Amino acid sequence: MKAAWVLLATAAAIAIQTTVDRWLAAGAVDLVLVVVVYNALASERVTGLLTGSFAGLVQDVLSGGVLGMAGLAKTVVGYLAGIVGTQFIVTHSASRFVVFFLATVLNAVIFMGLYELLGLRHFGAPFAAVAVQGVGNAVVGVLVFKVIELLPGAVERRRAARSRFRR
Amino acid sequence: MALLDIRLRAGYLFFAVAIGHLVLISAQVNSRTGVPILETVTFGAFAEVQRGTSAVLNGVGGAWSGYVALRNVRAENEALRQELSSARVEIQRQRALADRSRSLESILQLGSSTELQIAAAQIIGAAASPDFRTVTIDKGTRLGLKADMAVLGPKGVVGRVVVAGPSASRVQLLVDRNAAAGALIERSRAQGVVVGAGDNRLRLEFVSEIADVAVGDLVVTSGIDGIYPKGFAIGQVDTVEKSGVTYRTIGIRPAVDFSSLEDVLVVLTPTPAQRVGAVDAEAEKPE
Repeated sequence: MKAAWVLLATAAAIAIQTTVDRWLAAGAVDLVLVVVVYNALASERVTGLLTGSFAGLVQDVLSGGVLGMAGLAKTVVGYLAGIVGTQFIVTHSASRFVVFFLATVLNAVIFMGLYELLGLRHFGAPFAAVAVQGVGNAVVGVLVFKVIELLPGAVERRRAARSRFRR
Repeated sequence: MALLDIRLRAGYLFFAVAIGHLVLISAQVNSRTGVPILETVTFGAFAEVQRGTSAVLNGVGGAWSGYVALRNVRAENEALRQELSSARVEIQRQRALADRSRSLESILQLGSSTELQIAAAQIIGAAASPDFRTVTIDKGTRLGLKADMAVLGPKGVVGRVVVAGPSASRVQLLVDRNAAAGALIERSRAQGVVVGAGDNRLRLEFVSEIADVAVGDLVVTSGIDGIYPKGFAIGQVDTVEKSGVTYRTIGIRPAVDFSSLEDVLVVLTPTPAQRVGAVDAEAEKPE
């Protein structure tokens, strides 16, 4: 069930991303990253890393880049976000905002860092672009949490799911 | 059952997935030498294993030849001393010939272009698969080796460097099925391409119908491939089969005995084609 949700959410994120990105400022939101961080926070680290790995690879395939670059970046982000989600209480909008923002920065550091390190692409000084995307992802991420929590029984389902993963 | 629960092994899973991604990336990205990083890293690691194995075998071999197999050494010494004397005479004769050539060259106002910078290397391993005729040598990029450098033996052409690791390199032997070298018959100057047959044999192909080729002719490198320097021995023609006026098969017995190679020389001096390539690449580099 969870795998189906991850597949569906990733597919939807990519579909929306490729559609909406034409109207938004290019690269203002990475919906796939939002899905990865949401899954990691809402469940735990294994789900986070598997979602990140899968979603990143799909992004790599569709973007025509080097396979594994986004996959690795999102794997690390998903795993760490999962740890944050299980070790800290991340239920307040402000804390979620910070997690989404930092996840975006980490994702950019790994992704761009790998490309720069291997000399395959140069990004110049992408600080402003990363900051804008961080804010965009954080806003969308917090909204996604809000919307899903409005659904009937959502909080109980999430608590039940997380208590299963906790040792 | 709890031990098998992957959720309890999240750290291991994370490392496995991360390494999986790194391997995937490495397989696609080329290193500065143009070879995929995965291949360079794998080859580098395996070369160290081969180096260790070779060192052990050399140690055992050294102990055997240094202590056990010294029975006929006195007679062998005498023979070698005689051989050395004749070699010294031969060297003097060659030196005289070289002096004469130099003076003729200066008369003709031709610059000397035969001085090659070389690096001696030892063979430390063979190919992992019998389908490939390659060897591993114990010198790499630290000593200036690069892909496509020619590798020579005392008797002639051995092959070319295909993968250069930091401290070891893989050499494709001329007898490999995918190996080829521009060649010419020394006597008639007929040109062709020498290709490997996979076993210890070579074939001369793309020879003109009107070319003069006979059994016993010496085949040397022509230098047109941009890898091998001109004039080095490849082998001797030992079969010539014709079908009408067309040469069907020209078989060559290699000058080098590939089954007993131990030490080789890598030509570090770039060929004229490699120099032109390097200049072009430098010019194309964005500022």
